[in-house]
Amino acid sequence: MSDTVKLACRNVWKVYGDEPDQFFKNGSGIVSDIAGTFAHIKDTGHIGAAANVSFDVHEGEIFVIMGLSGSGKSTIVRCLSRLVEPTAGEILLDGQDLLKVSEKELIDIRRHRMGMVFQSFGLLPHLTVLENICFPLKLQGVGSAKRIARAKEVIELVDLSGREDSFPRQLSGGQQQRVGIARSLAVEPELWFLDEPFSALDPLIRRQMQDEFLRLQKLLHKTIVFITHDFMEALRLADRIAIMKDGQVVQTGTPTQLVLNPVNDYVAEFTRDVPRDRVVTAGEIAESHILSQHTLTLDHLTTLDKIMPLLQEHPNGISIEKDGQMIGSVTAQSVIGALANTADAQT
Amino acid sequence: MSGDALNQAQTRSWLPWVIVIAISAVLIAIRNDVSWLNKPPAEILPIAEWVNVYMDWFVDTFKAAFRKLNWLLNWPMGWAQQFLQWLPWPVTMTGFGLLAWLAAGWRLTLFTVLALFYMVVTGYWVESMNTLGIVLVSMPLAIVSGFFIAVMAYKSPRVNGFVQPVLDLMQTIPTFAYLIPILLLFGFGPVVGVVASAIYACPPMVRNTILGLQKVAPEALESGLMSGASRFQLFWQVRVPSALSSIMMGVNQTTMATLAMVIIAAIIGGSADIGWEVLSKMRKAQFGQSLIAGIVIALIAMMLDRISWGFTDRSRAIARAHLPFMQRYTPWFIATIIGVVLFWLAKLVPALSVWPEQLEFYPAEPINNALNYVTGTYAHVTDAIKKSVLFFYLLPLKVGLTKAISPFSWGITFEPWMRLAFAGIVALIAAGYLVMGKWRRAVAAVVVGAFLYYGITSMPWPVIILVVTLLAWQIGGVKVAALSFFGWLFMLLSGIWPQAMLSVYLCLSAVLVCLVVGGGLGIWASQNTRVSNFIRPINDALQTIPPFVILIPFLMFFQIGEFTSFLAIIAYAIVPCIRYTEHGLKSVPEHIVEAARSMGTTKRQLLWEVKMPLAIPEIMLGLNQTIMFALAMLVITALVGSKGLGQSVYIALSSADAGKGLVAGLGMALIAIIADRILQAWSERRKMALGMV
Repeated sequence: MSDTVKLACRNVWKVYGDEPDQFFKNGSGIVSDIAGTFAHIKDTGHIGAAANVSFDVHEGEIFVIMGLSGSGKSTIVRCLSRLVEPTAGEILLDGQDLLKVSEKELIDIRRHRMGMVFQSFGLLPHLTVLENICFPLKLQGVGSAKRIARAKEVIELVDLSGREDSFPRQLSGGQQQRVGIARSLAVEPELWFLDEPFSALDPLIRRQMQDEFLRLQKLLHKTIVFITHDFMEALRLADRIAIMKDGQVVQTGTPTQLVLNPVNDYVAEFTRDVPRDRVVTAGEIAESHILSQHTLTLDHLTTLDKIMPLLQEHPNGISIEKDGQMIGSVTAQSVIGALANTADAQT
Repeated sequence: MSGDALNQAQTRSWLPWVIVIAISAVLIAIRNDVSWLNKPPAEILPIAEWVNVYMDWFVDTFKAAFRKLNWLLNWPMGWAQQFLQWLPWPVTMTGFGLLAWLAAGWRLTLFTVLALFYMVVTGYWVESMNTLGIVLVSMPLAIVSGFFIAVMAYKSPRVNGFVQPVLDLMQTIPTFAYLIPILLLFGFGPVVGVVASAIYACPPMVRNTILGLQKVAPEALESGLMSGASRFQLFWQVRVPSALSSIMMGVNQTTMATLAMVIIAAIIGGSADIGWEVLSKMRKAQFGQSLIAGIVIALIAMMLDRISWGFTDRSRAIARAHLPFMQRYTPWFIATIIGVVLFWLAKLVPALSVWPEQLEFYPAEPINNALNYVTGTYAHVTDAIKKSVLFFYLLPLKVGLTKAISPFSWGITFEPWMRLAFAGIVALIAAGYLVMGKWRRAVAAVVVGAFLYYGITSMPWPVIILVVTLLAWQIGGVKVAALSFFGWLFMLLSGIWPQAMLSVYLCLSAVLVCLVVGGGLGIWASQNTRVSNFIRPINDALQTIPPFVILIPFLMFFQIGEFTSFLAIIAYAIVPCIRYTEHGLKSVPEHIVEAARSMGTTKRQLLWEVKMPLAIPEIMLGLNQTIMFALAMLVITALVGSKGLGQSVYIALSSADAGKGLVAGLGMALIAIIADRILQAWSERRKMALGMV
């Protein structure tokens, strides 16, 4: 993960209704009075599915947009690829405004730089697994031998070897979604959109697929926008999370930031039952004091629940490193302090 | 919302009914003094003449062009027919056998081969192949043009807005009415059958294709877009393949419609096909012969239906398309080898190219003898059935109890005290409902009572217009009411009112029986799997067989006349009532049934208190279909002497009078559309009330 912004969403609005353009003076989506505009949209019988949504997605990060149904999360992810045309705002991919590109350019961007996975899979029922995965390559005009070779690669990657000639209806939900994932990866996209990819699956399979997803990301380092309504899933997967409600982004931050500092009751409601020790990472509570004697060293992303049993064996503390550099240490005291603080914040 | 509710409360009040009933009472009272009430004007607007003037001009102007088209279409049709004639019958059989195998497997292949063999041994091979030849030319015409009309309608809402009402009209205008203008433009000959059936068979293809294109899963489309599909690619590589099963459903229905129309088009003659064979034998009262030929039509229908239906199962076709080359084409190789061998064999064995006459199996005489014996011996039984239904059911509906009850029919005179008693009973029922606060039922009792007493055809015309329009207004709102009002007005002014009432009466009396008997069978089938399994193939057969053929058995036992028409209409139109009732009752959500069971309902309570109310909207759609079917059949029964609009169309056809045919045809279409809109609105209302939409 780096700090380079891959995809930026700036003041994006999506208004449904008879005359959605009337609320915006220009296409920028910047309005002086956001709440007022939102109220005005409602009063005139329009529906504001997304209101002034802004966020940056960094290169190689998993950015999760979490919200309940009707919060506008699906609308936003579709705005990012212009499956839904935003009413106002800017979508910048490597600094280029997607809303200004022609249809031809857009098709080209979708063909080579974006991949998307859908909640109900979106597989074509008349094509086999192999053909479904080849489909985006076929649309681009890639030759038959080449696209089959590439498809076989991604089939291997998602662990579906042997099912190439099956039809979607012959597969389980989990397997169908593997096909969906493979298809979206076939074109080697830079940007990977996943719209509630695991919501239609059983809890056990869902868990498996989440692990699988993290494994893939370790290999591929894509820039990912992941949509979910499941806060625990968001915590498990996200580098950063944006929480949406009524078309607006309520808070954006790392899982720890959300858990430790929810901006309002709405966010706090989600984080209430989250076990702190499984979210808070060592790096976030490490004291800058570098331990002198040789002791155990852990990565800064290790969560507290993993550290606590180890502290028993290392009463003096554990060293914390980030990218090979010592950044400080964690002691039993600091862990208790952090957990006690968050417990306070909760009540 | 509240405005809506208020509006609804106003439009659905009882007050307008009181006014309408009062006006009607006055009109009925004075009907004998005011002649125009009883005898509607013959023809105020000479619409038929206008149409004819326009038609004459049109024919004069474009006749040459259409005759060219005729000439053009004659070629492929000639080829198709000559090819099928030239091909030795075992080879044709092999070809259809292969098709059947590809569509659905060996069972259908067996059926197809046996069905074709029946045509061989009964000596109807040539006629059958002529019919198939016409079908094979007009079917692709209908399918291709239907598909492209659908694509245009799908792409442009404006085109769609034009296409939908035209489809409605095309599917309700009786089949015979199509033939007249086509006859005028193309002249006599088999091409009329091709053109008429191509036009007639188009709508189901258009409808199914539009529906299929519209209901493609949005995620499949989005995934296509995200794969970088251009518009063209998205349409042809994502949308159309995803809609294919729906499109194939259209192909199936279009195929069946083509055949039905080809059979009907035989009526104009000159085609030497199997439809003509049945018709001419029927006209000569040779029932054995017409039955044997009729079975050919039924077999062709079932064969085409099963084969084209087989192709709607996409999974079979798709799976085959992905087999390795050799495996995929094995049936083709086998069929080709068999075909070639049989072709050469036919050169050596003449029976394989033309079936020898002495080997024909043609049991017309035994059938006729048996029939004569039965109808002779049991004449009193068939007569008794016919007379009692006529006197005690059909006649009262037609002319009212006041005329139906006579010493000649009922064996009694309708004494004044009986009249009073009847009025008293109706009044009592109405009063009872009023006391219970159910004003709608009270109104219904009065209206039904009045119609029973005076009869549909003797009711002064303003009463009918008022009652139906008010009903339409309260159920469907202003639009439906306007449709009803102007529809009836059209029939009044164009001088077809008496025929229209005869049609309404015959249709209604058949539909009532369908509702009671069909509904009953549907309920029974929903409760009993064995009954359901028994009824299903019968329903399938009744729906597949062209309506024309259904006339034959009834004609055999009850001769020409209204009663035969009545029975034939019931046989044809009862199917949707059975199907929709069964389906409606069976598709009540399981959790509701469970909840009711857990409360301790008996089987009877479960049916009448829980399932029935929830199934009503579905049953009403079935009733709607039944009315459409009944009207379609009504026209065909003109062949066996039913009176009304169907007869008018039929007469117009035989005198090539486009204006009269079109006006009468439009009249039927209007009756169908008015009934359809009222019932649809009613069903929608019920669904809304039950929270099912």
